[in-house]
Amino acid sequence: MTVDLPHPTVGPLQRMAPEPMRLILNWGRRYSLWVFNFGLACCAIEFIASSMSRHDFIRLGVIPFAPGPRQADLMVVSGTVTDKMAPAVKRLYEQMPEPKYVISFGACSNSGGPYWDSYCVTKGVDQIVPVDVYVPGCPPRPEALLQGILRLQQKIAAESLADRYTPHAPVGPIETVPVLSTPTDLLRPDGR
Amino acid sequence: MASVLPRILHAGRLAGVTTQRTVGVGAGADLVGSAEGLATQDMVLNIGPQHPSTHGVLRLRITLDGERIIDAEPVVGYMHRGAEKLFEVRDYRQIIVLANRHDWLSAFANELGVVLAAERMLGMEVPVRAVWARTLLAEMNRVLNHLMFLGSYPLEVGAITPVFYAFRERETIQAVMEEVSGGRMHYMFNRVGGLKEELPAGWTGRARTAIHDVRRRLPDIENLIMGNEIFRARTKGVGVLSQELVHAYGVSGPIARASGVDLDLRRDEPYLAYGELDVPVVTRADGDCLARFQCLMSQVKVSLDLADQCLDRLTTLPPGPINTRLPKVLKVPEGSTYAWTENPLGLNGYYLVSRGEKTPWRLKLRSASFNNIQVLSELLPGTLVADMVAILGSMFFVVGDIDK
Repeated sequence: MTVDLPHPTVGPLQRMAPEPMRLILNWGRRYSLWVFNFGLACCAIEFIASSMSRHDFIRLGVIPFAPGPRQADLMVVSGTVTDKMAPAVKRLYEQMPEPKYVISFGACSNSGGPYWDSYCVTKGVDQIVPVDVYVPGCPPRPEALLQGILRLQQKIAAESLADRYTPHAPVGPIETVPVLSTPTDLLRPDGR
Repeated sequence: MASVLPRILHAGRLAGVTTQRTVGVGAGADLVGSAEGLATQDMVLNIGPQHPSTHGVLRLRITLDGERIIDAEPVVGYMHRGAEKLFEVRDYRQIIVLANRHDWLSAFANELGVVLAAERMLGMEVPVRAVWARTLLAEMNRVLNHLMFLGSYPLEVGAITPVFYAFRERETIQAVMEEVSGGRMHYMFNRVGGLKEELPAGWTGRARTAIHDVRRRLPDIENLIMGNEIFRARTKGVGVLSQELVHAYGVSGPIARASGVDLDLRRDEPYLAYGELDVPVVTRADGDCLARFQCLMSQVKVSLDLADQCLDRLTTLPPGPINTRLPKVLKVPEGSTYAWTENPLGLNGYYLVSRGEKTPWRLKLRSASFNNIQVLSELLPGTLVADMVAILGSMFFVVGDIDK
């Protein structure tokens, strides 16, 4: 049985919040990224390595103790997404509460990677869920994941959730935070 | 609450159709006073495909009677990437890329099987230094693999700390592996006829230090977990795998040896330089989860010792080439061969059929984990849900190795 619920929004507060308030909201959001690791293949091992003592992404505010997607802000898709697995990835992404972010970790989830000509591999997780940051490598080093997290935090710092979730929002110039500018290569094609 | 719970039988496997059966109406209502006591309801429970206890996606469909498992069926294929088909459109250099990715924790051992098969078909003589370096790196890779499970298995049964120690050791060995090959996980260091390039100057010394450090600090993990009575209570006598099942399902590796099956290709059918080394084969008789874990722990020590012996030999060998000059287009002559190796997780074989072209006509992959987890359908029935995690974790599988 399905219930038709309105699309969840982040509320009018975000839209009308004055600039300083939005800065604070974004600041809080980017340093408490509860992460949900969609560990699928080799990259998951490097994800685990990044959470261990040497690389330790908890110091960046990435908390790997989310009990499930419903409690997570960030999904890291690490590994090959196969056509059989793709529906599960999409479903778990949809269970995450807004605002949610996705890091595609590794060549396989970016584009299919070494399995680019396989008959059963999804050629990039961005075909089924929107991706915020792509981390290249096969598998990427833990340092690369740390860099990807930093880039995501820059993106969160510069974003306006009202624009992000307003349907057909006019695409304006991207606001930049004085210190941390958003690199344009991290933006989605539609400028969000 | 409607307590009519339809139970989906696994009749699909027998008759090709799914039938439904209703069991237990009103818990215990119609059986009160009867000899069977309270009625219970059967329930089909899906474990996975995404669950945090494994790095990867194994799905189990288990049927429960209360807390007891009465039927278990591993549903494989969520990680199927079609590697065998892709082998057929890659040349022998490119195959190594895919070959080391199916079991991502034993990348070096995986590449080894491919190049051994190709070299045998070509009748190629591999330089002696390459043989010893390969043996050394294969053993270090085995240590890396086992350390992962020595950390993750306690994590699965509830002990968080050992994984941090295991990863500290992993980083130590990965550093030297990375120095020699450039990769932390996927080394891509084997080539048909030898290794990619010469070992860096002074590397053997650093490798020896790393091995020494890991051996010195290994008791940290061991003491944390082996004497822990909670760990022992959860693993001792749980999930006993009999020798008959091992043989029936083709189970191999440390899991088979924990059940007393004394088979190790490094000793029984030596490849590389194992013929010149004395390989002590670690076996246990109990066949339970604890025995499997102890097997892994002892194998780490054995592998560290073997790596040390390889280093000794490498330093005494006269200077010489480490690879063979290859033609621009490498064509393997017509024929077929089967090369198997003792991978960290079990027997890993490649059946190579060539029709004299630059790509194989067929390269069949026999991976260890595929056989090892099939035995779960025999091992799990009769156990409790809480033991399922302990048993599942103790099968030491890599999902990519199951699904290829």
